[in-house]
Amino acid sequence: MEQLLQQLINGISLGSIYALIALGYTMVYGIINLINFAHGDIYMIGAYVGFALTTFLGLGFFPSLLISMLVCSILGMIIEKVAYKPIRNSTRIAALITAISVSLFLEYTMVYFVKPDTRTFPEVLQNKILTLFNGKIIIDLKNIYIILITVLLMAGLQYVVHKTKVGKAMRAVSLDKDAAELMGVDVNKTISYTFAIGSSLAGAAGVLVGVYYNTINPLMGVVPGLKAFVAAVLGGIGIIPGAVFGGFFLGMTETLVSAYGGSVFKDAVAFSILIIVLLIKPNGLLGKTIKEKV
Amino acid sequence: MNKKLLGTLSLVLILSFISGCAAKTTGNQDNGDTIKVGVNYELSGDVATYGQNLSDGVLLAIEEINKNGGVFGKQIVPIKVDNKSEDTESANVSTRLATRDKVVALLGPATSGNTKAAIPAATQNKIPLVSASATADDVTVDSNGNVREYIFKTCFSDSFQGVMMAEFALNDLNFKNAAILADSTSDYAKGLSKAFKETFTSQGGKILSEEAYQAKDTDFKAVLTSLKGLNPEVLFVPGYYEEVGLIVRQARELGLNVPILGADGYESPKLTEIAGKGVLNDVYYSSHYSPMDDAEEVVKFKKDFKARYGKEADAFNALGYDLGYFFKDALERAGEVNSEKLKDAFASTKDFKGVTGTVSIDENHNPIKSVTIIEMKDGVPTFLKKLDPK
Repeated sequence: MEQLLQQLINGISLGSIYALIALGYTMVYGIINLINFAHGDIYMIGAYVGFALTTFLGLGFFPSLLISMLVCSILGMIIEKVAYKPIRNSTRIAALITAISVSLFLEYTMVYFVKPDTRTFPEVLQNKILTLFNGKIIIDLKNIYIILITVLLMAGLQYVVHKTKVGKAMRAVSLDKDAAELMGVDVNKTISYTFAIGSSLAGAAGVLVGVYYNTINPLMGVVPGLKAFVAAVLGGIGIIPGAVFGGFFLGMTETLVSAYGGSVFKDAVAFSILIIVLLIKPNGLLGKTIKEKV
Repeated sequence: MNKKLLGTLSLVLILSFISGCAAKTTGNQDNGDTIKVGVNYELSGDVATYGQNLSDGVLLAIEEINKNGGVFGKQIVPIKVDNKSEDTESANVSTRLATRDKVVALLGPATSGNTKAAIPAATQNKIPLVSASATADDVTVDSNGNVREYIFKTCFSDSFQGVMMAEFALNDLNFKNAAILADSTSDYAKGLSKAFKETFTSQGGKILSEEAYQAKDTDFKAVLTSLKGLNPEVLFVPGYYEEVGLIVRQARELGLNVPILGADGYESPKLTEIAGKGVLNDVYYSSHYSPMDDAEEVVKFKKDFKARYGKEADAFNALGYDLGYFFKDALERAGEVNSEKLKDAFASTKDFKGVTGTVSIDENHNPIKSVTIIEMKDGVPTFLKKLDPK
């Protein structure tokens, strides 16, 4: 029983990271139907920005998190303007290839500048451990931080999407771009905002992962990027609660698979889930109930 | 006319073919007043730390040899190349060293995978290749058990480290049950975990569980939590420092405080950096060398190394340094610069005294030498003891 609870805590921490990255994926897809494969690499850049701020400038955790989110949102907007906007009306395969190119470009530019070696994040959060049930269950303070920040950011996102003008514009563009434009919505600006918000969430995830696992490298975005894609599809791509649900579901599944002896197969299980969902319920597990996309 | 031309052409072709073969059958020989040797290492990429440190050691030894007059009055010219920690690149650069640069021997690469990739180039061109750190069992012996004529190593094998660590766990630490968490993507970890398991169980120990992870994984909490539930007395984690650092850290965070055993893949300052100083305790690994050894040649090497590079020498520096002198020793016994004779000299090495121990080459082209056990205390590697092979 304690084992299971401990595993649930492990799964939720891992899942919240997937969820944060998946949110950006899903938002971008919801609005321009583009699978932004460079998203995992924005997360990597977020981690490096956090690393630079904490190591070289000696900033604390929260300022680093905020600055890194800001840098990533600017980067997201630049990528959208430079790479995706010119091909907005091209075929979807062209968009997909562009996204993959951007991803490789970011990865290997970073390899060139920061070298492929793994770097260690300084300890910016206190390494405090809480124990429950006579020490049988252990919760690291960092787990709590990750989960809390994820939940806060998601709540913030829900607020932006449902209560603000920008959010209204996003929902309008995702429903019907042309109609929204006719009604006076600035589509270009709205898409820019979407990229900015999605990328800033990825940046936050990067810093959180850096603090949590304390190692970062230029190719660290590849696997979490793919996993977040799985999470987004799992919940129903384009649906915000779906991405969150998918992220936690995937983190939990992976944890339970490794917990019960399948540690080698955890990635295989993650991608099998993707295939099964695509075969049985291509709109994702939450795909039918919620129609609105952002 | 046409027939004549055709005849001449084919004759030329045949001759060039024969001469090409002839050059190959004798390997590379004396080429002027220098002795060219290939130094093929992982200078960039995943395992760059190993490659750079080995190559620093090799180059220091060669500098010293040259300063003392070289071999047969000739200077040794190291041709240093980077294999980028990639198998294909390792094969490419080895071929280039053997055929274009005409080296008399190949020193390196560091890892077993990259060394295996260089084997065809060495064997086909009949150039002996010596690795100072490729610990896989099948580097010098192929899958059918035949010894590879041109391949040697001066470090002990994976299985040997696994055997020694199992004996260390049973006899020195007095543990009777263990769990294994191995890197499933590397032959290195697989060889170690197999040898550990066989020795441990055959001498009365019990393996509670065998789990695996993949290189580049960062989250080990799930598998560590389930291992903790089994209450093992000791954890054997064969793998490389990047993942091991995270495993030690996460294990300690989860309250899994049993001793962790491993092998020479732990050897890197990055291990301490990743795991963190405070938690890196009760971790033991087998190594080739300890700077705390106070033997005369170790002290001299440490001093010279520091003077040359301005930093403390680690095991890979020492292995590289020994490799340089191992090459010189064999070259002198070969009597001339000839890769074929050099190969025979390598094979007949007896009691070569190096910094990492005294090496004799056995019939499988592996060395017979002792293992050094290192214990991590607050992130600092300390010399625990030397274990001799039985």
